[in-house]
Amino acid sequence: MSVFVIRRLMQALLVVFLMSVIVFFGVNIVGDPVYMLVSPDADQADIEAAIRRLGLDRPIWDQYLLFLKGAAQGNLGDSFIFGEPALKLILHHMPATLELAFSALMLAIVIGIPLGLFSGLYPDNPISKGIMAGSILGFSLPTFWVGLMLILLFAVELGWLPSTGRGDTATIFGIETSLATWDGLRHIFLPALNLALLKISLAIRLTRAGVREAMSQDYVKYARAKGISTKRIIFVHVMKNIMIPVVTVMGLEFGSLIGFSVVTETIFAWPGMGKLLIDAILQLDRPVVVAYLMIMVLFFVVINLVVDILYSILDPRVRLQDQGA
Amino acid sequence: MRKLTAAAAVSVSVFALLTGAASAEKLTIGLASEPTAMDPHFHNLGPNNAISYHLFDRLIAQDEKQRLSPGLAVSWQPIDELTWEFKLREGVKFHDGSDFNADDVICTMERAPDVPNSPSGFGTYLKGKTFKKIDDYTVHISTETPYPLMANDISTIPVISDSAGCGAATEDFNTGTAAIGTGPFKFGSYKPGESITMVRNDDYWGEAPIWSEVDFRPIKSGPSRVAALLAGDVDMIASVPTTDIGVLEGKGEIQLSQGVSNRVIYLHLDQFRENSPFVKGTDGSDIKNPLLDQRVRLAISKAINRNAIVDRVMEGVALPAGQLLPEGFFGVSANLQPIDYDPNGAKELLAEAGYPDGFQLTIHGPNDRYINDAKIAEAIGQMLTRVGIKTAVETMPRSVYFGRASRGSADGQPEFSFILVGWGAGSGEASSPLKSLIHTYDKDKGFGSSNRGRHSNAEIDAKIEEALRTVDDEKRQDLLAEATEMAINDVAIIPTHFQVNTWAAKKGLKYIPRTDEYTLAMGVVKE
Amino acid sequence: MTDTTLQSPAPAKVKVETPFQRFRAEFFESRIAATAFFVLVIIMALAILAPWITPQNPYDLAQVDVLDGRLPPGSEAFAGYTMWLGSDGAGRDLYSAILYGLRISISVGLASGVIALFVGMVVGLVAAYAGGRTEAVIMRVVDLQLSFPAALVALMLVAALGKGIDKIILALVVAQWAYYARTVRATALVERGKEYVEAAQCLGLSKTRVVFRHILPNCLAPLIVVGTVQTAHAVSLEATLSFLGVGLPQTEPSLGVLIANGFEYMLSGRYWISVFPGIALLLTVASINLVGDQLRDVLNPRMKK
Repeated sequence: MSVFVIRRLMQALLVVFLMSVIVFFGVNIVGDPVYMLVSPDADQADIEAAIRRLGLDRPIWDQYLLFLKGAAQGNLGDSFIFGEPALKLILHHMPATLELAFSALMLAIVIGIPLGLFSGLYPDNPISKGIMAGSILGFSLPTFWVGLMLILLFAVELGWLPSTGRGDTATIFGIETSLATWDGLRHIFLPALNLALLKISLAIRLTRAGVREAMSQDYVKYARAKGISTKRIIFVHVMKNIMIPVVTVMGLEFGSLIGFSVVTETIFAWPGMGKLLIDAILQLDRPVVVAYLMIMVLFFVVINLVVDILYSILDPRVRLQDQGA
Repeated sequence: MRKLTAAAAVSVSVFALLTGAASAEKLTIGLASEPTAMDPHFHNLGPNNAISYHLFDRLIAQDEKQRLSPGLAVSWQPIDELTWEFKLREGVKFHDGSDFNADDVICTMERAPDVPNSPSGFGTYLKGKTFKKIDDYTVHISTETPYPLMANDISTIPVISDSAGCGAATEDFNTGTAAIGTGPFKFGSYKPGESITMVRNDDYWGEAPIWSEVDFRPIKSGPSRVAALLAGDVDMIASVPTTDIGVLEGKGEIQLSQGVSNRVIYLHLDQFRENSPFVKGTDGSDIKNPLLDQRVRLAISKAINRNAIVDRVMEGVALPAGQLLPEGFFGVSANLQPIDYDPNGAKELLAEAGYPDGFQLTIHGPNDRYINDAKIAEAIGQMLTRVGIKTAVETMPRSVYFGRASRGSADGQPEFSFILVGWGAGSGEASSPLKSLIHTYDKDKGFGSSNRGRHSNAEIDAKIEEALRTVDDEKRQDLLAEATEMAINDVAIIPTHFQVNTWAAKKGLKYIPRTDEYTLAMGVVKE
Repeated sequence: MTDTTLQSPAPAKVKVETPFQRFRAEFFESRIAATAFFVLVIIMALAILAPWITPQNPYDLAQVDVLDGRLPPGSEAFAGYTMWLGSDGAGRDLYSAILYGLRISISVGLASGVIALFVGMVVGLVAAYAGGRTEAVIMRVVDLQLSFPAALVALMLVAALGKGIDKIILALVVAQWAYYARTVRATALVERGKEYVEAAQCLGLSKTRVVFRHILPNCLAPLIVVGTVQTAHAVSLEATLSFLGVGLPQTEPSLGVLIANGFEYMLSGRYWISVFPGIALLLTVASINLVGDQLRDVLNPRMKK
């Protein structure tokens, strides 16, 4: 097991390195950051000075070597735009995004699984059909469209919730989060719901598919034949079997929630790292883009590692292998 | 109000008084774009400059029409061909209570062009200038050649404190410890992406603002910003999308303010290549670049229905443009009017130039830089297609666009043939666009830096250079106007319209629109 | 469990019925699915026939006039025809634009969905079955891909190759294949450990045969769930890319571009510019999904009553 984990972490380093190469050279293709930075009043000499200051006059591989040198010492470079270390900027914006993604995931599980369970158990019930139709809404309309609709409905028309921004924060368990204050919760609800919609649909569908399949299987028939109560069959036997894939998938979706927070954060003016990233991409702030993606890929590798380990614990048929052995 | 302020100055706890006083009023503003730092010298960029206006004064202020007025300097004038004398305001205090004097000016001018990690500093305005302290309240600025734009240049530089700011890093400004200015507001807090707060400076030397507390919130998405205003989460928003103006006008609880900006939207045409990459014959073959012919350029200008762009694309919120700056700015020509829409005249000109069947052209433009930029490019594409110039439209994010438009071709030249761009005259007078857009591209002298069509006309160049040597305002004004007329007659560029900016506030508040597009809490007045 | 999956094609029933007939009968058992199927057919037909049944070619700039912009439904265009659904900001007749846009969006969604599914499926199966170093390499590439935002992929492609349908399909495939790969691998890992695979291996069946004939069919159920969701999602992802300015060309709008453009008009009171393309997208995506759901139920051997 520990050999397995160490091997995976080694691979992770390799992936992070690969990511840095792709992003570094990829962003370089996109365009010239200098024109995103200099004031229009700048003349040719100013522009050249800016190019030199950012080190963009060196050959790209040279820039990359410099970057690697810094990275080895934990310095992923300074943001072109903010002049601050890219890592610091990202870490500063990370809590807001994590709490948003976490809230969205919770919403997806709390809303999605019960609805999916119901529609799986009673597939012919009109309510189930309504749930399934609703779940289609969840992923057929683009996030930005639904987000603005939510604002229009709940903030502008009804005035129940604030339209944009992050609310007051408070510190619990050493983490500063807006989940700890009433104002913060009011602010996070709409963006979290917006972000969760796709995942709610996914949770409904996965649960429903799982339930329907499970209900037709022999162990359920057998349990029924034994006279075990329906409630017990559903909540003990069926749930146990379907929860593994559902929870796995939802856990993995946590990463994509962070990735997708870009649009939600833009619409809701949420000060997270998704907005930082999209701004950095659109302004070619290469150090921030590179640092962000390196952190993200590390994050994904770790999540997948954890999921694989959980898998092996939950489902003894899956054995962790010492890959490459 | 003034008496109250004086009392507050004596009192130690300004804060307690502020919050307790009846005049305690909070203003929340939704901004479209946020500054990249609180350091006023870090990034010479609109949003940064607008925020720094609250905390830091300039020696010379630009009012809402970018006219110059005394700021921390009470007077400025040339004492000989090469030297300007600035007399400083006495009795001004920084937010930390220290006195303002010539040392602050000298150290500001040293720091401003040279902030570590700065993406784009203020060096443009300071190069070639030598600063000398004469006494505590007199500073001399000398140049090597006569320089008429001294006051305009100096009006861009925020003055920081010698003791608190000059030795500080950008980070110290962001945390607030160094953000000590003489401005009407004091630093409150700075949370990037979330909010910037300020409190009133009750010791302000000028007119004290009516707001005791201001909160700026960046809300990038246009519709979200409007929604935030409608929901009452903010009191005022900047950059109202043109699509929403009609609906907001109809709402009693919203008050709109509009003002023309110093930004002209125009078209640059490839005038330096015999074979332009995005111009093709009607059959798609390579042809000699027709844009080199003044008649073709004029035909394009005539084919553009500027009123349709203003009415339909901009929803009436823009002004058709016939030159580089709107009426009222220094150096504009009284003789130039927007070119009339004349599709038949355009066809005739094309025929005369040898293109009776037109040709193929691609217009390139950004899709996230100017108000409705992609839609304007599309409308121009339609209009040109109607007179026979079959036009393809390609728009892209500005991150891709500007690099390619400036030096995207293999030899480091501009890549495109026909582009949509905009220019805001930061100095508030006509030499700014003339120097950068019209003058021949000249790397050594720093002229034509944004001349992406590479138009070149020696007579116009001479006129511009003469203007830039002429200290006499009246003469310079005429020279600039003449240069503009020559450029428009030569169709060096094709101006389409001037942007008009819109602010929206809740009822009872009104914003005094600014031509430099800045959103300032000082400009928010009660009705 | 094992017995059902190992079953050879079901023994012929008493009634002589081709497999297709049986499939058809089962598919149309559900009235909702039947309706969805017909809606989808109609949408497809409209999209295919667009050039012949619309008054305007919205891609021909000579036929689009900005002076016709933002007209409410039922207005008459300058050229004389009636704009039943109104016009958008550039003066495109929305009815024409939506039909033309549907063509692009459906082809983009399907092409990217099918390619991504195929790539992901093969990669995922190979990873699960091969194990060892191959699996490690593949899954790390998947990790890399999943953390790579589609907007950045699209931006790089736009910068390197320019805008276009092929580039958007490529961007969407690049953005999506990893989802399939991960899903297939996760399911296949479970299946690999099952007895029927061991049995098949003991019989000396080739690896390819075991993977594609035995493991794959058992991975299909989750794959179809992810597939229908993702294909539909591709269309809205395409809209999102347009919203971020790196989508399809402005002058040849897909449904996604129309929706992204409509976003600006949501507060403006000109509901038709944002609502009609939205409805068209909703109908398309909903019918694709309902058909997909029913397909899954019908095709899945374990769901048989």
